[in-house]
Amino acid sequence: MTGRPFLTTHHSYLNLQSGTTMETSGSRSTAARALPVVIRNIVKHYGAVRALDDVSLTVGQGEFVTLLGPSGSGKTTLLMTIAGFARPTAGSIVVGDTEVVRLPPHKRDIGMVFQNYALFPHMTVGENVAYPLRLRNKPKAEIAERVEQVLDLVQLAGYGSRRVDELSGGQRQRIALARAIVFEPRILLMDEPLSALDKQLRERMQIEIRRLHDRLGMTTIAVTHDQREALTMSDRVAVLHQGRLTQFDTPRRLYERPANRFVAEFIGESSFLPVSVENGTARYGDTVLSLAETPPGAAAQLLLLRPEKLLFLDGQAFSHSTTINRLRGMVTEAVFQGESVLLAVRLEGGHEIHTRLPNRQIDNAAAPEIGAPIELGLAAEDTLLVPGDR
Amino acid sequence: MAISTAAANLPGDAHYLTELEQDARREKRQLFALCTPGLLLTMLLLFLPIGWLFWFSFIDADGNPTFEHYSRIWTEGAYVQIFVITFQISILVTVICVLLGYPVAYCLSQLPAKWSGLLLIGILLPFWTSLLVRTYAWLVLLQRRGIVNDTLIDLGIVQQPLPLMHNMTGTIIGMVHIMIPFLVLPLYASMKSIDGSYLRAAANLGASPTRAFWEIYLPLSLPGLLAGLVLTFILCLGFYITPAVLGGGRVQMIAQRIEASVHLYPTWGPASALGAVLLLLTTLILLASHLLLGRWRRRLG
Repeated sequence: MTGRPFLTTHHSYLNLQSGTTMETSGSRSTAARALPVVIRNIVKHYGAVRALDDVSLTVGQGEFVTLLGPSGSGKTTLLMTIAGFARPTAGSIVVGDTEVVRLPPHKRDIGMVFQNYALFPHMTVGENVAYPLRLRNKPKAEIAERVEQVLDLVQLAGYGSRRVDELSGGQRQRIALARAIVFEPRILLMDEPLSALDKQLRERMQIEIRRLHDRLGMTTIAVTHDQREALTMSDRVAVLHQGRLTQFDTPRRLYERPANRFVAEFIGESSFLPVSVENGTARYGDTVLSLAETPPGAAAQLLLLRPEKLLFLDGQAFSHSTTINRLRGMVTEAVFQGESVLLAVRLEGGHEIHTRLPNRQIDNAAAPEIGAPIELGLAAEDTLLVPGDR
Repeated sequence: MAISTAAANLPGDAHYLTELEQDARREKRQLFALCTPGLLLTMLLLFLPIGWLFWFSFIDADGNPTFEHYSRIWTEGAYVQIFVITFQISILVTVICVLLGYPVAYCLSQLPAKWSGLLLIGILLPFWTSLLVRTYAWLVLLQRRGIVNDTLIDLGIVQQPLPLMHNMTGTIIGMVHIMIPFLVLPLYASMKSIDGSYLRAAANLGASPTRAFWEIYLPLSLPGLLAGLVLTFILCLGFYITPAVLGGGRVQMIAQRIEASVHLYPTWGPASALGAVLLLLTTLILLASHLLLGRWRRRLG
């Protein structure tokens, strides 16, 4: 096999690890090992069903990309075609400079963390991690050394002789990760890596995986249906919907500038109002809303309202450098949810939207009562429109 | 009475809790009592006859206690020979069953449900057919001028009919056929429970299909294989009909010797002693396999 120059520098992450404290992003790249992935026009049919419909995306060197979508969106199928467990009907996948689409999975040299971890129950933790190295006929001493290094890296040093069933869910997750990176694969794949963990552990592991990625600089493609997980871990997120790539962008842009209603709905909380666009303003019923930027496209669009972007004007004048659009309505529901009060507001136009009154404002603002009139403000730069169709 | 004291004590009171605990214990006893009919039946139908068997094996023709039935087994070469042959045949049949049955079970476990169901019927149908019918069917197939020999001669593969029955060959062919479902079914069940992601993980880590099979799939299927193997072996040890019919008296296994002893001796003693020894050996094998299986299961978690 050619095209694996990084295998010769297999101790590179040891060096990084010796300076254990988090270093600045300058230390991040060990670019020799990070390969770009170019996915071109992948189509996958299951009978009449189009699981993947002409998906193209490019993952840069050392980038962490998450494939995000609801079940049936094709995200797992796409990951499986990269790993080699599903053969696409058409298309090309190039890792580094190698076309892998025709290679069987065991010749792809791609590491993968499976959803249920798939740790071999008849092997110890150490044997599991050593397995890919043994398959590559590494000398015994080197295997032992590298297993130790990688266990140390995932903070499970000394666990080598444990049985798999002695490990907790989080520990299994780390071992699966260790096994997937110990042979320094060309890229790393993760299939819903945290879905088997409880919420608190999941959130901690998200950060930890992200840190590990920053340290190793390995090109990583993960799959999740959890939008927060995608936003937390990724450099860029590819949103898939019905087998198509809907938007491929940074977490920030995905949230702030969703391409369409589907993305806006899938990521974060959202309410929509139908508006018509004319002369750089949007009209909702009798209300005219100023826009920071005029969107292209049809006159009929949807106004995207994020609960946390809505201001509580409470009748008073609002001194603010930018234009504030005003929406009037009536509180129809108020639910205390700890960090905020979730309010349902029926606007004068008849649509019901949701907003959140942050906990710290509960005392200042008059407690919202059901049936009370309310005035909500929305800064012009937060007045976002998305195309009306999905 | 019990109700009134329970009501008199407040929740959280130590008495109240022990009262509840007593209730729980009483309920457990009552539930256990439900097993009594089953337990009694087991005692009556299993332990009593076996006790009887052992009892007879220590009684001589005059009704006096004796070890002569056992000492005869160890001293007379013929008996030892029969035990040796029985074990040889059982091991051979089990090995052939494993070699033939493992690929079948693997195939079944990998096929889509529609096809595996169909093939499973192919295994179960003979399984449900009478043992005697199947054994005599082999008699028809394997005889001197039977279908098998005729075909072989017609094809010019052999000149003379092969001696396929009334010997070891026939016995083993028949026994393998009868025994193979006992190996395939538990093995198939255990293979079905092996998660496909293990093999995908192995491939992902760089294992060729061959290596993934030997290093991942086979070890994971071992508990099922061992279970089927032990079942087959133990059933072989006590097999009577097929060796008797297809062996034609020239292949003697323990069960046949027991039957002969019943006819030969005026008392149950000698046959009982043989039965007792067979039972003991079987129990020992089961125990050993149980320990082995247990250790492996613990490793598999």
